[in-house]
Amino acid sequence: MATTTLGRRGRAVPVGGRRRPALRALLYLSPWLAGFSVFFAYPLIATVYFSFQRYDLFTLEPVGLLNYRYFLKDEAAWTAIRNTLWLVVVMVPARVLFGLGVAQLVTKLKAGVGFFRTVFYLPSLVPLVAGTLGFVYLLNPGTGPVPAILSAIGLPSPDWFGDPGWAKPGLTLLGLWSVGDLMVIFLAALLDVPKQLYEAAALDGAGPWQQFFHVTLPVIRPVLMFAAVTGVIQTLQYFTQAMVAARVASGSTDSAGSVFTPGYPAQSTLTFPEWLFHQGFRDFAMGYACVLALILFAVSMVFTLFLLRQFRGLAEEDA
Amino acid sequence: MTLTLASRARGTTGRARGHRGRAVLTWIATHAFALALAIMFLAPLGFIALTAVMTDHQALTSRLWPERWEWGNFAEIFQKAPLLTWILNTLLYAVLATVFMLVSSIPVAYALARFRFPGRRLATLLVITTMMLPPQVVAVPVYILWARFHLTGTLWPLILPMLLGDAFSIFLLRQFLVTIPKEYSDAARVDGYGEFGTLVRVILPMARPAIAAVALFQFFYCWNDYYGPLLYAGTDTSHWTLSIGLASFRAVHRVQWNLTMAATLLAMAPVIIVFFFAQKAFIEGVKLTGVK
Repeated sequence: MATTTLGRRGRAVPVGGRRRPALRALLYLSPWLAGFSVFFAYPLIATVYFSFQRYDLFTLEPVGLLNYRYFLKDEAAWTAIRNTLWLVVVMVPARVLFGLGVAQLVTKLKAGVGFFRTVFYLPSLVPLVAGTLGFVYLLNPGTGPVPAILSAIGLPSPDWFGDPGWAKPGLTLLGLWSVGDLMVIFLAALLDVPKQLYEAAALDGAGPWQQFFHVTLPVIRPVLMFAAVTGVIQTLQYFTQAMVAARVASGSTDSAGSVFTPGYPAQSTLTFPEWLFHQGFRDFAMGYACVLALILFAVSMVFTLFLLRQFRGLAEEDA
Repeated sequence: MTLTLASRARGTTGRARGHRGRAVLTWIATHAFALALAIMFLAPLGFIALTAVMTDHQALTSRLWPERWEWGNFAEIFQKAPLLTWILNTLLYAVLATVFMLVSSIPVAYALARFRFPGRRLATLLVITTMMLPPQVVAVPVYILWARFHLTGTLWPLILPMLLGDAFSIFLLRQFLVTIPKEYSDAARVDGYGEFGTLVRVILPMARPAIAAVALFQFFYCWNDYYGPLLYAGTDTSHWTLSIGLASFRAVHRVQWNLTMAATLLAMAPVIIVFFFAQKAFIEGVKLTGVK
């Protein structure tokens, strides 16, 4: 701490005063400044503008609040919101708890730690499209090995991606399988918990569970929070798995450009970003898609700000 | 007297043996549980691989082990779909995007981590904010922009923006660069290097693990990306990437699950192979995303 302050104060100011370092910073930052303006700041303003227009890529017509009023009556949009909310409430906590459980298990292992860590991490790297295709096939009743195994041991198997009640649990299963990225973060956090704390707790007579709740959890709480909030932000963008599962399970003959109504079965996997995509780039109701985009922006921004507040360190000097 | 001593001695050794016995049992139980879990994690990959070499009929009848190994499936998928074109497109997208990202993002991350200038904190916050916000938020105007340049229907709208930096990579690189002690830069200054010389000669060699991690992340992000190509690649299959082709594969070839799984295996094979060679880089990268 002292050395940093000293170093900072002691650092020689380059000739030319404050202006030169600022100009130099501007030069180094220029790619991102350009990217931020063209691909973020401008589009954000344009999204607000287009949200008051009817726009299909050819004709632009001001329609006032029509798009906003349409949203309130758009049944599919509300279904998409409910589905996305379901994923936030069920899948995010399930992934965090499972990831933490697997990480905790790895810390308890004495043999083959590298092997187990590799195996648990690997699925999170599998391309989303490939993983989703695999899960739809593996869980498919009639063809898939999972129902075959379940029935061999006398258990019933639902029609995972064909039954509206089971499609989201099917996607959650896929989410649990690819929990490896969270597992690695948790593992790093768990290994950082000071050993002395456990020793002190053990001396006080704390059992394994008490140690977990009174030592481990408080120490890794920031990492858990970070994982939960980024998990919510990621889930607000949930697209590929839902889209591919619906398309493959429905046996749709759709190619990238033709008409396909997502959410099969019965809109049970329709997520908010999917509906935005469908409205904007399949039906070319781009003005209305901008209304949906602004809603997504507002909700994501709330969670992002919350994240930044919790983790001021993210942008601090020596994060 | 002797009796009490003896019994007491037996008592202690008995307890010690019981303790060790319990430890051994715990060891076995923990490892057995981990092994069972590992098998469950690997099973989907195993079943996909096995289905990929089954006959068409067999893949439809819930068999777990192929009766006959149909290695020809892999040749067949290349005849049934323009897989080679899709692979080349995906490679072009992934390689160019990764190189562009590195060229543009490293200087930005360097400036954010090590320069002192007014507005640096704000700039860092904006990088994190753009990293967190869903790409769908700005999709419509950005799409219209590319349509004006007549570049929709190609992969260029996904590649060219990488010349202007990538927020996620900038953030990860910055997280690493702030951990390098200032003394290294000072020493470089004494040796007569300017800011750019310091970056290239001193900092970059030290940042190699972080650079490897973001490069791999970027490459695999592009290799796996579905949303981007779906938005821009259009209906002409000669501009598709592997992920779009794969998602439409079963539709084109009806219920040929064996071929679909062969194509699926093909799409994940490079990821798995590269992972085994570069495990450390991946794990380092993931850890950089987590806050301490």
